[in-house]
Amino acid sequence: MIDFINFISNLAMPLIILIIVVYGFLEKKEVFDKFVEGAKDGIKIVINIFPTLIGLFLAVGVLRSSGVIDIAIKLIDPILNFVNFPSEIIPLAILRPISGSSSIAIATDIMKNFGVDSQIGIMAAVIMGATETTLYTIAVYSASVKIKKTRFALIAALTADIVGIIVSVAVCRFLS
Amino acid sequence: MLNLVWPIFIIISFSYAILTGNLANLNTSIFESVESAVNLTITMLGTMCLWSGIINVAVNTNIMKLINKLLKPIIRFLFPEIKENRKAQDEISMNMIANILGLGNAATPLGLKAMETLQKENKNKKQLSNSMIMLIVLNTASIQLIPTTIIAIRTSLESENPTSIIFPVWVATICAGITGITVTKLLIKHANKKERL
Repeated sequence: MIDFINFISNLAMPLIILIIVVYGFLEKKEVFDKFVEGAKDGIKIVINIFPTLIGLFLAVGVLRSSGVIDIAIKLIDPILNFVNFPSEIIPLAILRPISGSSSIAIATDIMKNFGVDSQIGIMAAVIMGATETTLYTIAVYSASVKIKKTRFALIAALTADIVGIIVSVAVCRFLS
Repeated sequence: MLNLVWPIFIIISFSYAILTGNLANLNTSIFESVESAVNLTITMLGTMCLWSGIINVAVNTNIMKLINKLLKPIIRFLFPEIKENRKAQDEISMNMIANILGLGNAATPLGLKAMETLQKENKNKKQLSNSMIMLIVLNTASIQLIPTTIIAIRTSLESENPTSIIFPVWVATICAGITGITVTKLLIKHANKKERL
């Protein structure tokens, strides 16, 4: 079972690339020119978030090394133990819906501290992949049409996030 | 948001470290953090350029039309109130495709365009319509084929198998997505009932 899951995970990216390249080739498109053109956009995306990442990695780094994160975790630990949720993940679970770049910083910090291939490290990665910056998205989308009354958008989106996080933790426990 | 959070993080951490005399650790971590941001960016540069390039090939083929066709019945189910509105359906479809392919930067403008079209049909311009909420929930669900950013992070930290998280991510995303859609549908039903009373 686990072998099969790993196989699917490892197959996904090569298979998608293969399908796209074959499609483009058969349709006689300038596949390589298009590839290079698109790759240029990738540079812009990464360069644009670099300054933000520097700032947020610093904030999360000092939060950890000063011992503040440890205290925060110790405070909520008893409650989390009660529901059997890994407390190391909590800073990520809290920041994830609020800010995309700070959650990248905190997830990287968790993976580095507990090991990128450890259970906690994998949980952090799966949570990052499976959820979005909910509050930010709701704010941007509502503001674009000048609406302040968002009705049940927040409840629906946050419920989805919570389920996403719980399932991420459960799947990782199942796999290891 | 970050203008509030960032200074708070810095102030709490620095004051706490100074008070507890934990200065050596603090100093090391300042430079380590900056260094790991650089390392991540360099690794991410490779992954993001590769993926953006591949997706640009896809955008220039008929794959887009194919996905669009596959999405149509799903969109009709999720947005029953815009059955007649072709323009809104197409915009929502493009937004979903951009999300699935991991084109976050393209997805947002497309989604905002769809919001504008939906606002024209909105009966109460001061609050989100049912379709708008569904669109927002779909966009917060992070339905994507390949989680490129997280693979880049895992690569930069020298994971033995950076892509091994893809399948678990799919499972978690799908569960989150179905939950979001179900909750939204239920709340829409509830709201409609209230209106009729």
